[in-house]
Amino acid sequence: MRPPRNFYVKTFKREAGMLSRVAENLYWMSRYLERAEHTARLLDVELQLWLDQSPEVGAGRWRFLVDALQVAGVQGRLDPLQLAETLVFSRANGSSIVSCMSAARENLRHVREQCNSEMWEQLNKLYLQVIDRRAEEGWILNSHELFRAVQEGAHLFQGVTDATMSHGEGWQYIQLGRYVERTHTLAALMDTHFRRAAAATDLPVDSAEYLSWVGLLRGCAAFEAYCKAQTAEIRPLRVAEFLLLNPELPHSVRFSVDRMNAALHVIGDLTERREKLPARIAGRLRAKLSFSQIEEIMEEGVGTYLENIRGECAEIHAAIHQIYFDYAIDTELAS
Amino acid sequence: MTAAAIPIRSDASLAFVNYQMDHAYDEMFATAGVPREHYRALQQTLLGLAPEELRKIQQAADLTFLHEGITFTVYGSKEGTERIFPNDLLPRIIPANEWARIEKGLTQRLTALNLFLRDIYHEGRILAEGIVPRELIYSCKHFRREMRGLNVPRDIYVSICGTDLVRVPDGSFAVLEDNLRVPSGVSYMLANRKVLKRVFPTLFRDYGVWPIDHYPQALLATLRTMSPENCAYRNDPKTVLLTPGVSNSAYFEHAFLAQQMGIEVVEGRDLLVHDNLVYMRTTAGLRRVDVIYRRVDDDFLDPLRFRPDSILGVPGLFNAYRAGNVTLANAIGTGVADDKAVYAYLPQIIRYYLNEDPILPNVPTFLMSDNTHRQHTLQNLEKMVVKAVGESGGYGMLIGPQSTAKQRDEFRALILADPRNYIAQPTLSLSCAPCLIDGEVESRHIDLRPYILMGEKVTIVPGGLTRVALRLGSLVVNSSQGGGSKDTWVLRDADRTGGPGAA
Repeated sequence: MRPPRNFYVKTFKREAGMLSRVAENLYWMSRYLERAEHTARLLDVELQLWLDQSPEVGAGRWRFLVDALQVAGVQGRLDPLQLAETLVFSRANGSSIVSCMSAARENLRHVREQCNSEMWEQLNKLYLQVIDRRAEEGWILNSHELFRAVQEGAHLFQGVTDATMSHGEGWQYIQLGRYVERTHTLAALMDTHFRRAAAATDLPVDSAEYLSWVGLLRGCAAFEAYCKAQTAEIRPLRVAEFLLLNPELPHSVRFSVDRMNAALHVIGDLTERREKLPARIAGRLRAKLSFSQIEEIMEEGVGTYLENIRGECAEIHAAIHQIYFDYAIDTELAS
Repeated sequence: MTAAAIPIRSDASLAFVNYQMDHAYDEMFATAGVPREHYRALQQTLLGLAPEELRKIQQAADLTFLHEGITFTVYGSKEGTERIFPNDLLPRIIPANEWARIEKGLTQRLTALNLFLRDIYHEGRILAEGIVPRELIYSCKHFRREMRGLNVPRDIYVSICGTDLVRVPDGSFAVLEDNLRVPSGVSYMLANRKVLKRVFPTLFRDYGVWPIDHYPQALLATLRTMSPENCAYRNDPKTVLLTPGVSNSAYFEHAFLAQQMGIEVVEGRDLLVHDNLVYMRTTAGLRRVDVIYRRVDDDFLDPLRFRPDSILGVPGLFNAYRAGNVTLANAIGTGVADDKAVYAYLPQIIRYYLNEDPILPNVPTFLMSDNTHRQHTLQNLEKMVVKAVGESGGYGMLIGPQSTAKQRDEFRALILADPRNYIAQPTLSLSCAPCLIDGEVESRHIDLRPYILMGEKVTIVPGGLTRVALRLGSLVVNSSQGGGSKDTWVLRDADRTGGPGAA
């Protein structure tokens, strides 16, 4: 006997929406993990550069790092050990790698039943590995291994997530968290860099500046991709265009905004919300990046441009919160 | 232990060098050095392993627990917090015929308990006839007046029960307590099994052990048959698990069970009640909830009805419940039936409702509200175990033989101040089973907590959680008090009790 015609529709009717608290936890888990990975990558890159630089230039780079990572409250002269303590181990700095990993794990722990055991095990292992380490004298020179572990662990987590979790609404919040965070951190990093660099021209840089531009590219995991696209000749204008507007580079601003936008559209459909405020703001930002020319951006001032992006990112974050996580009950009951 | 210990020395290996036996029933050995039929294959396997190998296997298993985050939270400890639940690798083996009897006994007991709860919250026949004293019920702190006259789906108050069984020196099983509120531990039962299957695959297969992996499905099926009268989709009730949150000691279990059942874990703040209907807050708006598997105690369920300072509950939940718009499993007010003083009446309760003799006996229990019982207890305090009637988890008890004179004086004063709140039992020699302690096999006291589900029908997953008092000589098996657990193997076949090693 055949099942009635509408059998599948009825039996496998999908329910719209998921617990708001769970969605929020997945979103934040993803943001914190992305932040930990970003911090680890920047530290790793800076460490390599540091070895090649004179002490004076080196000290300036530490300051750069603090600004690029938007760490508040770090004053005066910085010594590497103290910096490592702040950026890696400090529990007082909510954005240190240890704090981020704890927060990511704690968020996932709150929603363990929503993720696969593979995902939880991967994140838990990474967390245990990170908190196992302590800052010691000379530590910074031997820390490459830890930074690699964080980056690899984050990639592995992303892979496990993509390969094992249903790409449903929950997965979309993980995407969303990752790319909101990435857009934000990339904009902060580039902003810090461009404010310090000489005007970005379409001429090859000299050897004194070369390292800091390579540092920027590596900090965006984009050096090799840049070489493939533009050869190893570093032209600041090309670098800016590559990191801002390239639609194929996973760590470009445009790529991140595209992904953020895509996730918001799917979430809008899945939740059947008429109100799609977050998707509207993200769509606007996406359009801006899709149709911008690097020359125009430079004219307007890359700093202003990046500041606007950060502003819109914050707006999107607030809108997601207001529409999906923490809406007013009365309006819901009335509708 | 003070009893004369007889060290036994196995001739083949070091594994059993420190294995001691006393007057307690030993699960593995019939007499010193002679294993029972169904433990022979396990012994053979162990004798073939060097202490080093055993230690390595245990370490690998501990690491699995840590990585999978199979932990519990210890209250009041400083570093806070998450610990792995100690697992002992050597399985506890129960032959088929013994299990059959346990299963019958548990079904009988839970059936009677549900009839009892229905009765005391409605007509109260058993009280009117004087079988159980009225004042005993009404003075119980877990008796909920609010539940009087309220009907629950299928008249089932307890859908999920975890009964603690002990094996006494003559080898028979007795019930130590019924956990009818929010029994926990079932996730450790499942986790232990998962690990054991990895560690002893061949042994496991050859023994022919009943599987237990279907417990989450059985639980879900049970919950779904308990859908409320006013349910939006009667055959597809929206079912959720209500947890107090991640800081609860059993949070791992809540998350684990929900994941295995494919339902949501909700906290109080995820739910709200409007017009006596329960909703959960989702990204797509509010959604009706029909069945709540609640892992929150009665007191904290609804700040409007019970404790007003509770932030774990849902304001208005009780009214929605009374209106028949939502099912809570277990029902509210079941704690009255696992009060340790009411427990003493269980044999009479079973006879009254079912007209049968209890299959699983009680442990002798002295009520401190009874003059003769009290006098006897106070004179023999150093031989008794005294328990507060409403407590669980090993809190609020005195173990006479291991107590100091000061502790006994404290309890004497407590008993005299509030006799209704205490019962006493003779100190039981819980049975002993071999455990792996630092690479060697030693004997430790154990109990057994099988899990019984009751909805449309009764389901008991073969086995349960065998809890182990890991400290030498200790009789306390609670995880909060330094206990651990081990996998429990119920054998399928009555004839095959020895596994491959048995001739």
